[in-house]
Amino acid sequence: MRDVAVIGVGMTKWGELWEKSLRTIFVETALLALDDAGVDRIDSMYVGSMSSGLFVGQEHIASLLADYLGQAPVPSARVETACASGGLALRLGFMEVASGMSDVVLVSGIEKMTDVSGYEATYALGTAADQEYEGYHGITFPGLYALIARAHMEKYGTTREQLALVAVKNHLNGSKNPLAQYPFKITVDSVLNSVLVADPLRLLDCSPITDGAAAVILCPIEMARKMNKPVVKITGSGHATDSIALSSRKDITWLEATYQAGKRAYAMANKKPKDIDILEVHDCFTIAEICVIEALGIVEKGKGGKAAEDEITYLEGKIPVNTSGGLKAKGHPVGATGVAQVIEIVKQLQGEAGKRQVKNPRIGMAQNMGGSGGSTVVHIFERE
Amino acid sequence: MEGIVGYGAYIPRNRIKVEEIAKVWGADAPSYKRGLMLEEKSVPSPDQDTITMSVEAAKNALMRCLINPKEIGAVYIGSESHPYAVKPSGTVLAEALGATPEVHTADLEFACKAGTEGMYVVLNLVKSGDIKYGLAVGADTSQGAPGDALEYSAAAGAAAFIFGRENVIATTLETYSYTTDTPDFWRREYQYYPQHGGRFTGDPAYFKHVVGAAKGIMDKVGMKPSDFDYVTFHQPNGKFPFRVGKMLGFEKKQIETGWLVNKLGNTYSGSSPLGLTAILDVAKPGDKVLIVSYGSGAGSDAFIFEVTERMDKARDLAPKTRELLDNNKCYLEYGEYAKYRQKIKKAT
Amino acid sequence: MTTPSRYWREIPQRYRLEANKCKKCGFVFFPPRLICSQCQNRKFEETKLAEKGKVLTFTIIRVPPQQFVDQAPYAVGIVELDDGVKLTGQIVDCDFEDLKIGKRVKIEFRKIFAEGEAGILCYGYKFVPE
Repeated sequence: MRDVAVIGVGMTKWGELWEKSLRTIFVETALLALDDAGVDRIDSMYVGSMSSGLFVGQEHIASLLADYLGQAPVPSARVETACASGGLALRLGFMEVASGMSDVVLVSGIEKMTDVSGYEATYALGTAADQEYEGYHGITFPGLYALIARAHMEKYGTTREQLALVAVKNHLNGSKNPLAQYPFKITVDSVLNSVLVADPLRLLDCSPITDGAAAVILCPIEMARKMNKPVVKITGSGHATDSIALSSRKDITWLEATYQAGKRAYAMANKKPKDIDILEVHDCFTIAEICVIEALGIVEKGKGGKAAEDEITYLEGKIPVNTSGGLKAKGHPVGATGVAQVIEIVKQLQGEAGKRQVKNPRIGMAQNMGGSGGSTVVHIFERE
Repeated sequence: MEGIVGYGAYIPRNRIKVEEIAKVWGADAPSYKRGLMLEEKSVPSPDQDTITMSVEAAKNALMRCLINPKEIGAVYIGSESHPYAVKPSGTVLAEALGATPEVHTADLEFACKAGTEGMYVVLNLVKSGDIKYGLAVGADTSQGAPGDALEYSAAAGAAAFIFGRENVIATTLETYSYTTDTPDFWRREYQYYPQHGGRFTGDPAYFKHVVGAAKGIMDKVGMKPSDFDYVTFHQPNGKFPFRVGKMLGFEKKQIETGWLVNKLGNTYSGSSPLGLTAILDVAKPGDKVLIVSYGSGAGSDAFIFEVTERMDKARDLAPKTRELLDNNKCYLEYGEYAKYRQKIKKAT
Repeated sequence: MTTPSRYWREIPQRYRLEANKCKKCGFVFFPPRLICSQCQNRKFEETKLAEKGKVLTFTIIRVPPQQFVDQAPYAVGIVELDDGVKLTGQIVDCDFEDLKIGKRVKIEFRKIFAEGEAGILCYGYKFVPE
């Protein structure tokens, strides 16, 4: 296997992008990544998208986007594992370069979510749950994470305030990210007084509906070393599955797929949780960040709630989590999220994260999760 | 001898008080309560309909007889509020109980007497030897037009009876039907609410048919009102059952046990069948029970049952009707009621 | 969109809680499966789920999918049935303040949703207080 590096990244401002179509958002973003990498041709591309079919009524977007990027006839494939689609696109691109089949691969993620009504968006996202045995009964995504949250609160004594602090921290980070959809600070009070969505989760526990894309360029490490910037290589990649129905899991509070994907990524990179300097995790809901850092071994099982409270996951803390603002503040165009996490890690490792720059991080990790935890992709990155 | 081997009731938990409805329409609640002898009525939740209530009532009936559902040869639901205009309710019930596919199923409709119609048919199928067991359910989620007098009484509930030949808990001594063409109450195709003939629904309709059927069945078997321990009539309001009972020579105490309407409302096809379940909940072996239904249009079915020794074993195996009526109630305001009953016009 | 065929196919589970049990390790699957996820055995026997259990966790859905608008707000929970199988479903006929982890519930047959004004009616299990 060859060593693989990230040589270019591209992301535009996320939000409700009324003027822009799916293909325009993609091409603008991908061009930024190509320019950043200093290449104008690619060998192949992957696009992570959870549900372009339900959100804009367009399938077959891999070819559409390759064409609009002026890259046809390169091979292009769409990848789907619900909200982990972007992370999986990265893994496939990584495997393709590592195997030697391609040299320059564009990995992207995109979701255009605001062209449908709230009901339709709720439905589209809901298809990541077991449609016959969860969705059929009227459960929503906030609802599934609320089930996890209440069980976690009951089992470990996690408090409502601790959940709120995850959102407060991520918005604090997001306020320093000019590309974030909601780059402003919030308070514990504003979280606790926001409208109930699925008890105990409130509106400000939830990541938003977002239009956006993210793209990175992968290549063999030798190529990256010729460029005039710090080399960031992918040293660990893990991907794992679990039952998509929450009720089928042994422990509702435990994200087994995240644990398994993390274990594989750690093993591949020969790293331990304590080696990780910065972490981007899938905080689609505040409770998710708490459960994820437990499953990745960053904190002990049941102690995830304390992490934000004790400020160890803050920008200045022992292990900064979601320096980008996370899904909560940055936005969550589902298919794009996994790729945007990579961009944050790369920028941090390269020392180019601006006002939210963590002091000299060397090893970063990105965890991207689909559904209520039914699939997870974890990557470890290191600066040479 | 043929008769009931299992019975079960189901009543939704929601209630609305007469005062709450009267307030909206500017009506005088005390006079309604006195005049109709109604205090409150049951209201189905948005997730309840004739089918769901039938399934629950039938499950309660099955709990009381512990038979294999595959041995049920006929399933009939009598209702004027079948959820589908075309597509049977009974198939859902038969499937939910596990009685399919070797089962005869039909939906019956005859205003408020559709429930006893099913009982009549099932009983006779058992008698003929064609089936071992048969299930008849009377269930309705009745709708009265907003502001109409019917709105104070139109309620929801279901009663289910399994008939058979062995292990009978109430033997059928006699049946009788009395039918004429009398347009006292109707709902045309595609109309949401029924219409009625006002006071015409009284003497020439309810009273004529209930009295006709009650007298007919008593003459047929040579019994008189004092021979019965309990009687239950169709209960469109609180007053009619007592008045018709008096006309026939029954005493108040024979009627009271099965008289549920003041707290339940008129459950249409479920009305007199639910009255019968409340009686069976307390009747002792040897007790004789008369039930007379009434359905507008118009007709009455009458049955005489004699409770057997086996009743004592069956009674406590499922929830009793008065418990369902009195426990876990939830009072609705008119707005919630209007939402639950889809009386609010929404954007499509 | 729930089409008639898709709805009909699940009737044994939705109406009668039909499950299957691995003949080797005894694990119960709902809905039934063709291969055991615990021991990879492929031989099963039919079974039915217990109709009573206790609430493991719950939420109250206040922003519902469109088909559930008339029912909102409503509680959804994961219930551990007395046979150990966990099941997701609505918890109804229970005031929200009485809803607690550990509460005993039983299965009741209810309408889950209607497919618009003119489509099929979709029935199934919900939980009510025992």
